[in-house]
Amino acid sequence: MRADVTVIGAGPAGLAAAIAAKEAGAGRVLILERAQEPGGILNQCIHNGFGLHRFGEELTGPEYAGRFSDRLEGIECRYDTMVLALEGRTVTAVNPKDGLFTVESGAVVLAMGCRERTRGAIGVPGDRPSGVFTAGAAQRYMNIEGYRVGERAVILGSGDIGLIMARRMTLEGAKVLACVELMPYSSGLNRNIVQCLQDYDIPLYLSHTIVRIIGKTRLEAVIVARVDENRRPIPGTEFRIDCDTLLLSVGLIPENELSRGAGLEIDPHTNGPVVYDDMETSEPGVFACGNVVQVHDLVDYVSDEGERAGRAAAVYAERHPDGGAVETVPGEGIGYVVPQRIRRDGGENDVTLFFRVRTPCPKGELVVRDGEREIVRKKRLHMTPGEMEKLPIAREAVRNAQRLTVSLERAQEGTR
Amino acid sequence: MRYDCIIIGGGVVGCAVAYTLARFRIRTLLLEAQNDVAMGTTRANSAIVHAGYDPEPGSAMARTNLRGSAMMEELCRKLDVRYERIGSLVLGFSEKDRETLARLYDRGVKNGVPGLRLLDAAETRKMEPNLSENVACALYAPTAGIVDPWGLALAMAQVAVRNGTEVRTDAPVTAIARDAQGFTVTAGGERYEARTVVNAAGGNADVIHGMIGGTGFTLHPDKGAYYLLDKSQGKLVSHVIFQCPTEKGKGVLVSPTVHGNLIVGPDAVPQTDKEDVSTSSESLDFIRKTAALSVDCINYRDSIRNFAGLRARGTKDFIIGPSPVDARFINLAGIQSPGLSASPAIAEEAAEWLRRAGLALEERDDFEDGRRRVEFRKLSRDEQRALIEKNPAYGRVICRCETITEGEILDALHAPLPPKTIDGVKRRCGSGMGRCQGGFCGPRVHEILAREWKLPMEAIEKDRKGSYILTGETKGERA
Repeated sequence: MRADVTVIGAGPAGLAAAIAAKEAGAGRVLILERAQEPGGILNQCIHNGFGLHRFGEELTGPEYAGRFSDRLEGIECRYDTMVLALEGRTVTAVNPKDGLFTVESGAVVLAMGCRERTRGAIGVPGDRPSGVFTAGAAQRYMNIEGYRVGERAVILGSGDIGLIMARRMTLEGAKVLACVELMPYSSGLNRNIVQCLQDYDIPLYLSHTIVRIIGKTRLEAVIVARVDENRRPIPGTEFRIDCDTLLLSVGLIPENELSRGAGLEIDPHTNGPVVYDDMETSEPGVFACGNVVQVHDLVDYVSDEGERAGRAAAVYAERHPDGGAVETVPGEGIGYVVPQRIRRDGGENDVTLFFRVRTPCPKGELVVRDGEREIVRKKRLHMTPGEMEKLPIAREAVRNAQRLTVSLERAQEGTR
Repeated sequence: MRYDCIIIGGGVVGCAVAYTLARFRIRTLLLEAQNDVAMGTTRANSAIVHAGYDPEPGSAMARTNLRGSAMMEELCRKLDVRYERIGSLVLGFSEKDRETLARLYDRGVKNGVPGLRLLDAAETRKMEPNLSENVACALYAPTAGIVDPWGLALAMAQVAVRNGTEVRTDAPVTAIARDAQGFTVTAGGERYEARTVVNAAGGNADVIHGMIGGTGFTLHPDKGAYYLLDKSQGKLVSHVIFQCPTEKGKGVLVSPTVHGNLIVGPDAVPQTDKEDVSTSSESLDFIRKTAALSVDCINYRDSIRNFAGLRARGTKDFIIGPSPVDARFINLAGIQSPGLSASPAIAEEAAEWLRRAGLALEERDDFEDGRRRVEFRKLSRDEQRALIEKNPAYGRVICRCETITEGEILDALHAPLPPKTIDGVKRRCGSGMGRCQGGFCGPRVHEILAREWKLPMEAIEKDRKGSYILTGETKGERA
C-alpha cells in the first residue's frame, strides 16, 4: 500500500499532523491508530481545561479531540491497528481486518505519545498486591470502562494525571487520603493543586515518598516517609496509611520503541527523537511530534507541534512523490531475487530482475505477480540453478505494486 | 473417587511428576493450594539451569542436577518452552577466589560436569566485555542455561492434563489419613483417596509430611529478592554471571533471561513467614551493591520490576524418597537450588519410588507428548500474514511491549489449565511482562477474561485469590 503521509497515532499530535498535512496539499494521508477511535488519551480525560490557548475555551478531553476528529474528511484512518515496525519510510502494521500490511510512504509522522512510569521503574519495595495502578490505567478503568478501582486511595506523585484522579476518585465516593510527592514542589499545574487537592481537603505531602507497599492479595497499606535533600527516606519519619488503592503519577516516558527500532537518533534527556525545527528526525522524511518527542503539559502545544510536523511532512512527500519501494520475493521454484527492492521513484528506465531457479527445469514459465495480479509471464527452456535468469519488467508496472513475487511454473510432462 | 497417585503441590517439581506419570496407565490427581500452578518458588527464582559443579559429589543434588540439566534441552524443545544453553561464568576477584574456583572446578569434574574451564581475566573479559575491572579469573561452565521456569511447569502440567491427569487448584491440603488401601487427602474441603502420595509441597513439604506423622526435616523459608530490568539492559551480559562464593555469602548473579530482560539477584534473608515475598530497600540496596562487583554499568533506572521468592531451606541435600512412616508416601522435600534444574530428574526418581512402593507403572500406548503454541512475534512476516488470514484475532495486538495478540490469549484460554487471572494470562502468554508492566494491556486482558469466562469485570482478579481489581461500577447510567 502507498500513502503520501502516514501518521502513526491518532491522539492530539497525530490528528493535528494529519489534518495539517492534508491542508498543505498531501494527496493520500493515512492514520494508523491502535484504539478503536481517534482521540488517544484525551478520550479518558473527561475533566475540562483543555484548549484555553488554542480555542479560548475550557473544553473536556473528548471535546478537544472532537475539534480535530471532525476534520478528518479525506483522510484515511485505520483503527484497531498496531504498527509493528518502521524501516526508513516503510511502515509495517497489523489489524484483524486487513491483516499484516506495509505502507510505503512519502513521509511518516510519529505521534505515538508516551507511557506512564511504573512501580517497577521507581523501585518501591514491599509486597506486590493488586490495587496499585498507574494513574492513567485507573483513569481508563473509571472513565472509559465505568468501574471504580478502589475506595481508600493514596496518590504517589503530584503529576497532573495523579491530581486529576484524586478529584475524580473523590467524586466517585472514594476517600483520597493523601498525595505524596518526592520533590519539595509539585510537578503538576498549580490550578490542579488548587482544584483537585485543596478544594477537597486532600493533604499534599511534599518531600515524602512511599517506602513500602503492604498487602498479600489486595493493597492494605503504604508506609510513607519524609525524604532528605538528596531524596533519600529519613529513618524514623515513617507513618502508615491504610488504603486499598495506590495510584502512581510518577512521570511519563515518550513511547519510542518504533523510533529506536528504526534507528532514529534519540536524545538521552528527552528520551525522544532528535528533531529539526520542522520536526524532522534524523531519518529523512520521518517526522515526530507531541509527547513522543517531549512530554508536554498542555495539549494546545501538542497540537501546534503536530501541525508543524504535518505541514513539513506534506512538503517532503511532495518533493519525493513516489517515495518508497516495492519488495521482491522469490516464490515457487525460485531461490532468490535481486534487487530485493525496487524504487518507485527510480526514474523512467525499466528494471531487470536477476534470480536463479531452485532445481533444473527443462521447460516452464516465469511469472511475476503483485499479489494475485500477473505482471509478466515468459516461457523459457533449459533453466538450471547454475545459470542466472534475467527478466526485464516495465517500471510503470511496479509503480503501484505492493510486493512482487517471482515464481516458476513447470510445464506438465507430455504437453507441448 | 480413587486415584493411584495424588501429587501435592503444583510447582515445577509437582508438575514434572505429573508429566512423568502421565505416560503410565494410572489415575493421577495434582492438588494445588493456590489458584494456578507455578505460584510459589517456581515463579520467583533465578531461572537458571545449573551446570552442576556446586553440589557435593555423591549427593542427590549433584545426581539430579546433572541428569536434569542433561534432560532440559530436549524437554524444552518438546514442550515448546524457552530455554537457552548460554553457559555460565563464576567470577573470581582475588587470589583466594582463584583457589575457590579451582576447588569448584575439581568438584564439577567429580560430578561429571562437561566442558568446565578456568579462565584468566583477559579470557573472561573477551567473553563478557561489560564485566567490571575487578574480575581476576573465572570458571566457565558451557552447559549452564536459562529457562522459563513457570513456562516449564505449566507446559508439563498441560501435557499431563491433556493425557488425563486431573488438577485441582484452590485446594490446599488440610489433612491426610492413611490405611491399608492408601491415603485420604482432604483438600479445599473435598476428600480424595489414593494408593500413593507424592509430597511436592515446596516450602510446606514438612507440614504435609507432618500430616501423616512424619518428622525428620523442618523447612524454613529463605527469601531472595531480585531486580528485573528492561530489554535495553538484557544484552549487557551473554552468560549467567555468578560470583565466587566466600564466607560472606554466595554473591548475586547477573543474567539475561529467556524473555530478553536482565535479572539481578538474589540475596538470602532467613524468615519465618512462609508466605511473605515482600522486597525491602535493604535487600535491593544490597543486590545493587553486590552486583556492581561483577557488572558496574547496569542502569537501574531501567528496572521494570523487583520481586522476591522463597527457597525451602533446612535440609543439606534434597530429600527424595519414601517417608519413614509409610513407603507409599514419597517426599520430594527441601528442593532449593538447583531444584529447577533437577526437576525432571527428581520426577523420574519419584516415579521409580512409586514403582517400588507397588504402583504398577505400565506405559500407555496413547500418550500424547509434546506441546506447540503460536507465538506471533517469533513468526516471519509471511507466517504472520497467513495466520491472521486464518484467524483475525492474531491481527489484534493486545500487549504492545511484547507484541502479544488476542489470538494467543484466546489460545491460552482454550488450552488445558486455562488461566483465571490477569497474571495467569501473563505467565502463559507473556502479556504485561514488558516495560509498561501491563499498564496498557492489563485492562484489555481484563476485558477478554471477563468476556470469555462470562464473568462480571469485578470478578476478575489480578493474581492470588483475593487480589481483586475493581470495587464496583461508577455512578450514573451505563451506556
